[in-house]
Amino acid sequence: MTRAQNKLLSYGAIGIVSIAAPFVFDSYISQLTMLWVMVLFAITWDAMGGQMGYNSLGNIFFFGAGMYISAVVQIGLHYDVAEYTAAYGAIKVDFSEQEYFTGLFLGTIVAAVGSVIMAVILSWIVFGLRGPYFAIGTLGIALAAGELVGAWEYVGAGSGISLPVFPGEPEPGEIFFYFAFFLAAVLTFFFFRWLYRTRFGLAINAIRDDEEKAEAMGIRTMRYKTITWSMSAFFLGICGSLFGNYNIFIEPLEVAFATVVFGIPMVVMSLLGGKGTLWGPVIGAILYHVIKEATWTYLLGWQWVALGLLIIISVVFFQQGIMGWAQEKWPELFGIEVEESPPEAEREAA
Amino acid sequence: MLANFQLLAAVPVLNVQLLLDGLMIGSIFALAAYGLALVWGVMNVKNLAQGEFVIVGGYIAFYMYRDLGINPLWALPVAFLVMFGFGWLMYLLIVRYVIGRDLFTSLLATFGAAIVIQQLLNLIFGPDVQTADSGLGTRLILGSVTVQEIRVLSFVIAGLLALMVVLFMKNSRMGQAIRATAQDPRAARVMGIDTDKVYAFTFSLNAAICGAAGVLISMIWVIQPFYGIAHSIRSFVIVVAAGLGNLPGVIVSALGLGVLEQYGGFGLGAEFQQAVVVGLLIVVLIIRQIMQARHRQVVQ
Repeated sequence: MTRAQNKLLSYGAIGIVSIAAPFVFDSYISQLTMLWVMVLFAITWDAMGGQMGYNSLGNIFFFGAGMYISAVVQIGLHYDVAEYTAAYGAIKVDFSEQEYFTGLFLGTIVAAVGSVIMAVILSWIVFGLRGPYFAIGTLGIALAAGELVGAWEYVGAGSGISLPVFPGEPEPGEIFFYFAFFLAAVLTFFFFRWLYRTRFGLAINAIRDDEEKAEAMGIRTMRYKTITWSMSAFFLGICGSLFGNYNIFIEPLEVAFATVVFGIPMVVMSLLGGKGTLWGPVIGAILYHVIKEATWTYLLGWQWVALGLLIIISVVFFQQGIMGWAQEKWPELFGIEVEESPPEAEREAA
Repeated sequence: MLANFQLLAAVPVLNVQLLLDGLMIGSIFALAAYGLALVWGVMNVKNLAQGEFVIVGGYIAFYMYRDLGINPLWALPVAFLVMFGFGWLMYLLIVRYVIGRDLFTSLLATFGAAIVIQQLLNLIFGPDVQTADSGLGTRLILGSVTVQEIRVLSFVIAGLLALMVVLFMKNSRMGQAIRATAQDPRAARVMGIDTDKVYAFTFSLNAAICGAAGVLISMIWVIQPFYGIAHSIRSFVIVVAAGLGNLPGVIVSALGLGVLEQYGGFGLGAEFQQAVVVGLLIVVLIIRQIMQARHRQVVQ
């Protein structure tokens, strides 16, 4: 079997398993849905942190922004948003199927575009910062957004917004959102897979390796950085919009701008799987999610202690990640050619 | 919102109240920020668990007050020593491995440690907001300005503690070794300084200072397992604004942050107080960036 056939077969197998999973393991459907959210998180973070070398701690901002933009659009199509949030859920929404899906569709598009606009604006602020200052600055943006939205009466402040419920039975709703997130994650994966193979991918890798030299070679680094950030924001905005509807209720600190629950794990998943590789974030996300769900089930109360320890261990002792480790162990599998003869031997021969 | 600021202009005494409160709280921020700058400067490690050290110190005082019935003021030396040991332990387990790695590693690793500490505190003490009562009274000055005696006392203690640390760094053998290591670790090793021990000591000293600051915070303010991150952000704001190795700068910007936070909380409403802190972080980073851009132009 050739390499291409092999690849096609494995993609097909993963696809079939993913499509069958919600029907076979129907009691685990919410965990499986979250798995795709996590995969999307890890891939979008890795585009920034792994491929471009800008370790953002605040990518969760776009997730929350998308969620709120979409919520405002969806509610705003039929109600006055300020009145709706001021009523604290006293106004019961009852949308027909058509109204619901139009709202969701429009909301998601506006959320994605809105996230991109915010990314472009924020890039003026953050991309002058380098290294750890960039990490702290982006963390600051995510935290500030949570605090500000939490004090903003128009969008319900700290008590959040409740969103329309999926029309009809709950069961098809779960299946619908499973496939929505599955589709979003797969689209994200293939988009970035394509992107890393283009000139653009090489350019952002050059920025990661040496930004000054890249700039000297004529790469417009600022433009590339802004575009990469916008692409992360685009997919995170879509994901946020879907997640708001999936969760029905949104709130600034624990759901939308949840730095500890989602923001930091994004980074950890990428590191765990191996940052700067295509499959690393996916593997890391799956592993992290499985560990998370296991600790939730068996270590209740201690789950966050266990996850904190996982962060420390993966960051301090296992930073090359699973893919990095595998590449070191079996370089030939990844098409990396190892020079057999060291330069000294050549010199002796000459 | 505007009405609050108009009130400030109409009743000048309120300004005195906010200024005094801000300065007294700011003096404690200065302690934690100094610790951060110390570790940052000597070991090139950015400690995001700084605020958690403060909160742990606060809970030591709270534990002694609630469960042992001891005046929390006595927790000062206890927290100092306990946190010194805690810092040493954390150095051996985690920090030792991140020295010399890229700075993002130390940020994430200490953030992981911060999560573990928060959650352990939450499991032990529960998520309620707590405070330790020192049993000191309040006084009125200028007619309507209330001054809690404990705030004045903690201001003095913070100053004394800072003075002691500075004298220690200047005069003691260990302090000199720390400064030598900060300047050039390799040369320090050549001169026979055990840099590994210096690093451990520096990190522990930082934890101890934070612990003492936490005891003061628990008496004049409130503590809660998840309030640590705000203290970490405050320390970063102060250190980034002041610049590394600039002790007067740290003190001034810490006091300034304390005052700004009080004004922000009063003028915009208490729900904005945290937002003011984080907003200041972004503002400080932007200003720093503009200054560096200007510097680059000058160099060119």
